Amino acid sequence: MSASPGHPDAKGRYGAFGGRYVPETLVPALDRLQAGVDRFLPDPGFQAEYASELMSWAGRPTALTRATTLGKRWGAEVWLKREDLAHTGAHKINNAIGQTLLARRLGAKRVIAETGAGQHGVASAAAAARVGLPCVVYMGAVDVERQAPNVDRMKLLGATVVPVTGGDQTLRAAIDEALRDWVADPDGTYYVLGSAVGPHPYPFLVRELQSVIGREARAQMQQQAGGLPDVAVACVGGGSNAIGLFHPFIGDSSVRLLGIEAGGRGPGLGDNAASLTAGTPGVLQGSYTLILQDAHGQVQETHSVSAGLDYSGVGPEHAYLMQSGRAQYEVATDAEALDALLECAKHEGILPAIETAHAFAGARRFATANPGARILIGCSGRGDKDMPILQRTVLKELA
Amino acid sequence: MKGHQQISASIDSAKRQGRTALVGFLTAGFPDMAGFSGNLQAVAGECDVVEIGVPFTDPMADGTTIQRASFAALKQGVSLPWIIAQVRELSPRPAAPVLLMSYLNPLLAYGLKRLPRDAAAAGIAGFIVPDLPFEESDELKAALDGEGLALVQMVTPVTPPERLARLCAGAQGFIYAVTMTGTTGKTVVVPQDVLAYMDRVKKVAPVPVCAGFGIRSRDQVTLFGAHVDGVVVGSALIEALERGEDPGAFLASLR
Repeated sequence: MSASPGHPDAKGRYGAFGGRYVPETLVPALDRLQAGVDRFLPDPGFQAEYASELMSWAGRPTALTRATTLGKRWGAEVWLKREDLAHTGAHKINNAIGQTLLARRLGAKRVIAETGAGQHGVASAAAAARVGLPCVVYMGAVDVERQAPNVDRMKLLGATVVPVTGGDQTLRAAIDEALRDWVADPDGTYYVLGSAVGPHPYPFLVRELQSVIGREARAQMQQQAGGLPDVAVACVGGGSNAIGLFHPFIGDSSVRLLGIEAGGRGPGLGDNAASLTAGTPGVLQGSYTLILQDAHGQVQETHSVSAGLDYSGVGPEHAYLMQSGRAQYEVATDAEALDALLECAKHEGILPAIETAHAFAGARRFATANPGARILIGCSGRGDKDMPILQRTVLKELA
Repeated sequence: MKGHQQISASIDSAKRQGRTALVGFLTAGFPDMAGFSGNLQAVAGECDVVEIGVPFTDPMADGTTIQRASFAALKQGVSLPWIIAQVRELSPRPAAPVLLMSYLNPLLAYGLKRLPRDAAAAGIAGFIVPDLPFEESDELKAALDGEGLALVQMVTPVTPPERLARLCAGAQGFIYAVTMTGTTGKTVVVPQDVLAYMDRVKKVAPVPVCAGFGIRSRDQVTLFGAHVDGVVVGSALIEALERGEDPGAFLASLR
């Protein structure tokens, strides 16, 4: 597991951000989770089991692909870390199988998960089926509609999908509802949180499990490209694929880290999901981080064409990396992301998820400003699950 | 008398009169902003302590009833400054001490420097913050202490004994003993081990203990009253308001 110099501290803080803001009922459950993380993450037996599942079941290591045509078009050297090739179609499986194995070690009777785009729900359903635990997935009613293929996949994998009609009916409401479920049964239930958000130790645990992306990519870059990239680019919603890609490069001062948030329809409050670039500090869902809120501390609804980035908060470590200057964060709008998706599909034969396409849009902008740069893009997931929304948007225009 | 002392004294006084103290919870501005101070007075008239719920977009510790009330209030534009102004302008002053129950983020947005002073000036006696565990509470507690306001501590059936002792040691106002694992509003069947847990809390509590979550009937009030000093009634009161009933009459029926 990757070491992080001083972060988080004993209270789960990354600088000022992070911490543990939960109802008292969940404190003993988080203490048990912390004890489990401390015991099992460094444990050779657990690590061997996790590594074996990643390799023989989840399909790791994933490929590093040179995107030659994109490179020519952008005037850059472009490399893709292919998490879209991982089992269930995105990086989410790295975390889901790791946490579900941990849940079994901790004696959980069932696992629950939230999902936005449905990718974490599918990954959790698959992992629970693999490990042999019942699984309930909470999903906002709006997302159930716009990510219908993933709902059916979860059902086929044996999970129960519960549409959440309260709140904003997207990822944030799904997390609230999963937390309520966990509060009702903190002893028997394990909550497989899908992003590097929430109360400590989740942001740490998810980062550690997702860092396999950056560790593999770093070694593959040295082997295949002959050196480290000038920049690593990833999309950021809650920020799990980005922190997984970034973290092993944090000590490499020559490697710039660039996160791309959902710019949605534009810069107005409610028109995007850009918590880092447009948010202010506050507490949401267990963590002190940057959130999109009004003057009275009410959390605002977000907009993004991608369900997986449609979230009002962000992982606390990203807030810290931005504040410390180690990473930069920009936005890509809905239109820029869809345009980048088409370009990648047409010229590289890879249909990325709409979330992932935000990273491509950001990378293209970086290439324009830095001719000849060696760019590593976290290709976090595949776009098959986005067919309903692509049929309503870009395919309509192509027809 | 400081705010936190008023709260303890009001509950103790009910006990001396041989009653189980009643703590009534009302979401601010629910069902409508215009009727709020009237409803608040009606609740205060029947209760020993009043809790005003500050609506929040992400009420993770609340069940469907209080979520519904919270979203309805937000839709009308209820905010913390409005709530504090409403309490400040209450006339006549209610005899029951008034607490605000708020998730942390609206308090942070108001500003922890300004909040204790403005709350004290409005006659608010303390706060309950359901998503602020003991370990993260130093800053708010220090700010409220400056004005003598209570930060009410919650404990639950899954709080381990040594932690229970630690949480109770510094408690002010009263200790909010959550009756179950779960969110507010679910009907609670009261098994014997919950009463045994109430007895354990009572034993280590330096201030009065009130049981809350899922309390809806006179039988439950009687049952808990034999073990702790008071009960909190929230979702059941909101539902009475939704049915168009008089909140004071509903609370009186629980005695």
